[in-house]
Order: sequence, then structure tokens, then C-alpha cells
Amino acid sequence: MSYQVPKFRHPQLPVNDLGYTKADYEGAISTLCAGCGHDSISGAIVRACHELSIEPHKIAKLSGIGCSSKAPTYFLGKSHGFNSVHGRMPSVVTGAALANRDMLYMGVSGDGDTASIGMGQFAHVARRNLNMVYIVMNNGCYGLTKGQDSATADRGSASKKGDPNIYSAIDLCGTALQMGATFVARSFSGDKEQLVPLIKAAIAHRGFALIDVVSPCVTFNNNPQSTKSYEFVREHSEATGTIDFVPLRKEITTEYQSGYSHEVTMHDGSSIHLYKVDDSLNPFERRSAIMALEDHRCSGSILTGLIYMNKDSRDLHEVLETSQRPLNQLDEADLCPGNKMLLNINASLR
Amino acid sequence: MKRIESVNDFVIKFANVNGTGSASANNLFAKALFRMGVPVSPKNIFPSNIQGLPTWYEVRVNDKGYLGRRGGIDIALSVNPQSMAQDIHEVEPGGYFIYDSTKQLDHRLLRDDISIIGLPLTRICNEQYNDPRQRQLFKNVIYVGALAALLDMDFKVLTGLVEDQFKGKKNLVLPNIHALELGYNYVRSNFECPIGIRVQKSDKVGDKILLDGNTALGLGALYGGATVAAWYPITPSTSVVDAFEKYAKRVRIDPGTGRRNYAIVQAEDELSAIGMAIGASWNGARSFTATSGPGVSLMSEFLGLAYFAEIPTVLFNVQRAGPSTGMPTRTQQSDILACAYASHGDTKQVLLFPSTPKECFDFGALSFDLAERLQTPIIVMSDLDLGMNDNMSEPLVWDDQRKYDRGKVMTAEQLESGVEFGRYLDVDGDAICYRTYPGTHPTKGAFFTRGTSRDEYAIYTEKGEEYESNMLRLLRKWDTINEYVPAPITVDCGKETDTGVLYFGTSEESSREALDRLVAEGIYINAMRVRAFPFNDEVRQYIERHKQVFVIEQNRDAQLRTLLMAEFEFGPDKLKSVLCFDGSPISARNIRRQIKTHLNSDNVLPLHRKTTLIRAGESG
Repeated sequence: MSYQVPKFRHPQLPVNDLGYTKADYEGAISTLCAGCGHDSISGAIVRACHELSIEPHKIAKLSGIGCSSKAPTYFLGKSHGFNSVHGRMPSVVTGAALANRDMLYMGVSGDGDTASIGMGQFAHVARRNLNMVYIVMNNGCYGLTKGQDSATADRGSASKKGDPNIYSAIDLCGTALQMGATFVARSFSGDKEQLVPLIKAAIAHRGFALIDVVSPCVTFNNNPQSTKSYEFVREHSEATGTIDFVPLRKEITTEYQSGYSHEVTMHDGSSIHLYKVDDSLNPFERRSAIMALEDHRCSGSILTGLIYMNKDSRDLHEVLETSQRPLNQLDEADLCPGNKMLLNINASLR
Repeated sequence: MKRIESVNDFVIKFANVNGTGSASANNLFAKALFRMGVPVSPKNIFPSNIQGLPTWYEVRVNDKGYLGRRGGIDIALSVNPQSMAQDIHEVEPGGYFIYDSTKQLDHRLLRDDISIIGLPLTRICNEQYNDPRQRQLFKNVIYVGALAALLDMDFKVLTGLVEDQFKGKKNLVLPNIHALELGYNYVRSNFECPIGIRVQKSDKVGDKILLDGNTALGLGALYGGATVAAWYPITPSTSVVDAFEKYAKRVRIDPGTGRRNYAIVQAEDELSAIGMAIGASWNGARSFTATSGPGVSLMSEFLGLAYFAEIPTVLFNVQRAGPSTGMPTRTQQSDILACAYASHGDTKQVLLFPSTPKECFDFGALSFDLAERLQTPIIVMSDLDLGMNDNMSEPLVWDDQRKYDRGKVMTAEQLESGVEFGRYLDVDGDAICYRTYPGTHPTKGAFFTRGTSRDEYAIYTEKGEEYESNMLRLLRKWDTINEYVPAPITVDCGKETDTGVLYFGTSEESSREALDRLVAEGIYINAMRVRAFPFNDEVRQYIERHKQVFVIEQNRDAQLRTLLMAEFEFGPDKLKSVLCFDGSPISARNIRRQIKTHLNSDNVLPLHRKTTLIRAGESG
């Protein structure tokens, strides 16, 4: 944990297409515990946004309450942020996204914020297919209130306090699939090589994109009896495959192997290349995704990587047929029908 | 027996079974009187049920223009055997009881102090129609025709209304007119017409309209520039968003692209509904939600966030009888305190109290200007009586020159030119600070909105002095708010008096009538209608000026009085309560009786609180 933001930057830091360095995407210094998985996820978000050359002010970052929800302070310092109320980030993002469809909405939440108090809003924002990235920093416990089990803690897993959890765990990826999410992925805060391209793909996806990131709590839930510890997750995760994100502007230079490789063009013209480990999962088929999650649950392993993507996703704005011009840019001339119409209405009421 | 005799002055109550199509027939009756130039005030009294339970429709007809409930029933028209005993019992001595005589009236119900008129409605229908649904629907239309004869109404007005209602649908117009004629002719050939009560053409309606408050609120939102509406269905507020959508579909869809200049989301609950409204406002779109009591309870947490983080929010609360689920289809003004101090911690919320559909429209549109100017939630406090009943109202007017007041929003140009930006920095002393919309400027003006304490630059802080200074600024902002909200309206009785009344919202019409009647008895009382919280200083002066002020309200706990005592530190000796909380709109008779009871007993014994409460109910 540091108390001062280091001002020094390497003079030859790489700049992106907008001329920004990675530092332009960073936020305030983190006040989370040293070694917290959440800080790695913040770093991955910074890297993904920088490498995609998204203008920082065209991103809005929103969160609920909890350690995870504090995280948006620590990345994208030039973006508007909104630390709302516990479990209610999805509704605030929904309103914000309806007001201005031209921005990128990055929702950050935790396992308590999403799987307990915010379960209702999580389910419904997925169902509405709101165009947003929804990142869960999932550590299986309530950090800010000192380590109580959360609803994603596995049955039998024990935190530092020592009592094994007696309830079954909610699998957020499985829930999101059931609720109609059109992009579902899982990753691990300790695996940036996997997480960064997943975040990029989630950003390019038009619709609700969930990334459930297992993010160990070093203070309360990183002990040997926990199934959300660094060690356990490293040993038990099985990736669906590796993923490469290729922005539209970039020339494709890599040679891709045939076989399990798969290329998908995203809404914005960029593409992702997927190398699958085997043929057991078809991430473009929801049934296959649900089966794969269940198979891994039964075998006691954690399935990571891209689990599901609907290539024909239609987001909330498309479903509602809202104007292409953001609603927050309309004025009296667009919105107010004027007194003449009232004269007609009055006449019909006599 | 002395029959009630009157012209254009009576109360009629229809007793029906819900789900039988009676509402549109009853509405036809009320609208016909309205078109004859006679002021009417119809009130739908319905159960929280879809089909099969008793429902009533009470119409106050009054040439003097008193539109509140008077109390008492002059004519009861009952086609519902379930409620017949109650219906006949309610008729005033000398009044009239009209019923479906196909089945003989229970002899035990007979009264010799009223006129009883039997119409064989079911028999007529069975003779005329084969289809059971038609029998049910036309029975209602037939009794409207019968009333036209009994009350000497202009039959042409009725047929004209039917033609307007089913414009271009000849196959609907003719059968309805036929049904009207069936009732009209039956009565003409079997009874002496008219009865003691009758109507005649008048000119007391002027250019007024007949409109429900919820539609007016929906229109207010449309005219006020709302683009995002998020809501969760709840009686009696549902029709607010229905109305917004109905008119938005007419005028907010781009004819070229078919794209909509609005978005409506039916949320999963009220928590989410207000969260969406807040998110949209935060991002610079005008948005609103509509709800009733239980929804307000759920929204309280978010209302606290919007108060503290200073996010414009518009909430239309169409109140119903609480607590808890209470009486969902009955009216009350019982969310005053829950809304005024909504949410934990030190909060104060801005309330507007419309009393007519015109004011619903005006305040509905105004609430968006106020929310953005004052950067705080604006709660428009309507109620079921105003929201769901057709109320006679001044016509709606919009000034085409009017511009929306978007409040203090810093632009990219201002930021670029180096103007200092601190989200919670009070730069000009009115305690309202500049905000920026997300995405305004690439490097300047971004800030973090939060429900936690922060400094003037929106940076998280737990420093006591920073927190306190922010809370004190919010209190100073309350003074600024006071200058913007609608001022109260005072009605001077014209004589020296030390007594006043104070009312708000839907208590206005009945209060006005009660005061007029008291004047006739030589009792002079001034009146003030409060239209907003925070209370204007005029309210304080008005109360100070009088020895005693009766606060008239439709709840048990005298909530507005409590608010007045809390804000101005007046004592209970000064503010007396006139209350009604049985779920029906407060009546003029009730107000008059309660005021007189207070005035008569003032010099005798202090009223025990319990006694006051027992007397407060309509039936007491």
C-alpha cells in the first residue's frame, strides 16, 4: 500500500493512436490492501482501454458499494465515475446508458454487491441486454466488513475465520447465461494475459458483457482452506482456450493455426481469435456453455476464458428503437410539442 | 315525505360490479352533464380487484362549481345486489333509490322516507339481447338513458357523446343509442318525469376540461422534456407513464427513421426504477419515475443519494391509503413525512402539491426545471383522487417561448477557457454548484459522484469539518430552493378574523365549500393553500397572524401540521387538525363539522386527542 502517487513516468512510454500513454488511463493511488486482486483487475482495465485507444472521457465507470466498488477510483481518472448504492449499480448504468448511447459504460461490482444485495438488478440488466461491460471482482467474501462469506463462496470453503461455508455457491456466469446475457466470461485477477483481451472483447461486444473475475482477498480469504485463494485458483482453473483481440485498424499479421481456432467479427468491425483447448465447448451456443460450466463444477475445476458470446446480440437501444442521437442531446425543439397540440387535447376533453 | 328538490345540485352514486363495463357508462353520464354546462365531479370508488367485487361511481353535480365531495347521497342507482343494503341505507332522507327491479327488493330494506324507483333492467336486456356480454354492457347504457328521462337531461347531448366516442364506428353508435332509448322510453311511459331533482342547461363550465391528474402529469413530463421514464406498476400511479407513452408515441417518433426520442423501461422494482431515473439525470437527460407509497418506501435509499450527491431527480408520487399495502385503491395524503424527510441521515426533500389537473401539468413540467436548477429530487405529491378521477380543470396551456432551465452545467468551452471546476464548490453564494455531464471534455471536468462524504472537488474525505461544511451548504441551498418553489395562495375572507385554515392538494375544493357555508352561518375564516415544501416565509407569517389555524389534511397523524411545527417551531395550541383518513376524499360537510366542533368546544374543555380522531372519520 503506497501513500503517494509516483509522478515519474518513463519518457518513452508507448503512446496509443490518440497519443495517450497508459498513465492517462490511470486513476488515484489504490487504498486497497497490498496484493489485492482488485488492483490487478484495475490494471487490466487501464491496459485494455489504453490499447484500444478509447478516449478516457468517453468512458463512464460505475459501481455499487464494497471493496470492488471503490476500485473505479483507482483507474480511468479522466472519466466520470459514480459510486452509487449497494447492489444498485445496474439500474444507474441503465439510466445513464439510455441518456447517452455514445459512451462506454464500465460497471464494476463485487460478489456481495452482485450475488446478494444486487442479485435482482444483476439479473434484470442481463435480461435487458444493456450495452455495458460488467466486471465482478469476485473474492467470495465481504472485505470491508471483515471477511464474512459471500454468496459466491463455495460450500465447504473456509475463509481466515475458519468456519466452512454451509450454503451452496451462486455461479454468476451460470446465472448470467440463464438471464440472457449475451457475453459471458470468467477470468482470474492473476492472469492478465487472459483478462486483458477478454476486457477488450467485452468492450467491443454490443450488449451485456459479464466478466466474472476471481480476485483473491489477501487479507480475509487467501488461506489454504479457501477455494478463492491465489493458490487454489491457479491450480484448479481450466481455460476454455486463449483469446486474441484484433482491433479494426490493425493489420492481421499473426498466422493462425487451423483446427480449434475461430475468428469472430465484432459489431465495431474488430475481431477476436479464439484458440480452443478442445472441442468440448462451443462458446457461440448457450446450451454448450451451460453444459461446460456444469461439467467443470462437477469436476471441481474453475472454467475460465470466453464461455459464451451471442454474435447476433441486439442491445437495449436497438430493442427500444431509441434515436441514434443521444437522448441527452435533444432540446425543446425536439422534445416539446408546443401549445397547438394542447389546444387539440383540451378540445378532446370537453 | 318531503322529497329532495333541486336543480343542478345533487350527489348521485352508482353501485356496480367491477369488470362489467359500468365505468364507461357512468362516465358517459358525467360527461353529458359537463357538456350541458353543469359543473361535475365524478369519483370512481373501486376495489383492489379485477372482476366481481362492488364498485361505486359518485358524481357531484353543482352549479356553484363546488367540486369536492359534499357528503351524503341524494340519488343512489344500484345494480349490484351485493351492496344494495348499504346503498339504500346511504340515501339522504327525501332522496331517491333507483334499482334493478327484475328481482324484487328485499322488504327488509324498504324505507318510507325516500322515493324508490324500480327499473327492470335485467329483464329489458334479456328481452333485447341474446349475447350475455351485450346484456351486461347495455344494462349500464340503459340506466343512463333512464336517468336522462328522470332528471330531464338533454337526450341529444347523450347521443352526441356516443357519436363522438365511437367516431366512424357506426355498428357501435346505433346499438348504444338504441340502449339509451330503451331506458329513456321505459321511464317516460312508466314514471312521472322528472323527479324532484333535475338538470338544466347551464353556462358554468366555460372553457374548462375534464381530465385526470395522472394524464396531466404524463403530459407535463412530455412537455417538460423528459426523455427517460423508468417505473414499476403500482396503483394508483400506473396511468402516469401510460399517458406519457401514449402521447410520446404521437409526437416523439421520428417520421423518417421511426426512431424514438424517448425511452421507457418497466423496471423490476421501484429501487431500480428510481436508480434508472437518477442515472439518466446524472448523464444529462431529463427523466422521471412515478410511484405510490410502497414504492416511496423502496426508493428512500436512492432519494438520500440524490439529495446528498445532488443529482436532479423527478418523482411523481400518486398517494394512496397506507400504511403498508393499506387500501391500494383509496385516496390519502399520507406520505408527507415519508417524502419530506425521505432517507436516513439529515435529509430534506422538495415537495410540490398540485390540486388540479392543470397544476399537475404545470408542476409536472416545472419539476424538471426545478430538479436541474436545484440539483435535488423534486417529488410531486398527487393522490388517487386527483390522479385517477376526471377532475374539472382549467385548460392546459404552454408558452411556446419557454426554454428549459437546465441549471448550472459547465460546458466544454468554459472548462477549456480555464474556469475552475469543483463539483461541490459554491462559486456564487446560492449554495448550488456547477456540474458537468460525463464526456464533456477530454481532460477537464471529470469527477466522481458518490454517496460518501467528499470535499468541494468531489474527492473522498472523512474530515469532519469538510463533511460539516458540505451539510451546512445543503442547508443554505434549502433557502435558495425556497425562492424557486411555487408560493402559497391565500384567500382572504374579507372580514377581521383570528382564525385561518391551511390546506393543500385535493382538500382544496371541499375546504372552499366548507368555508363558504361557514360564512353563511356568520363564521369568517381566512384560507391558505400550501403548494410546496420548503414552506415559503408567507406560510410562517400567515400562521403567526392568526390565533389558530386549522390544518386540513387527509391522513391520521396530521403530517403537514407536524412538518409545520418542525420547520417553524409552532406549538400545538396554534395549529389544530381537521382530518379525514377513511380512504374517501375529504368532504365539505366533514370539514365544516370538525371546524365547528373545535370552535364550539374551544372555551369549554381541551379536546382529548382520542376524541378528535374518532370524529375525524367521514362516518363519525
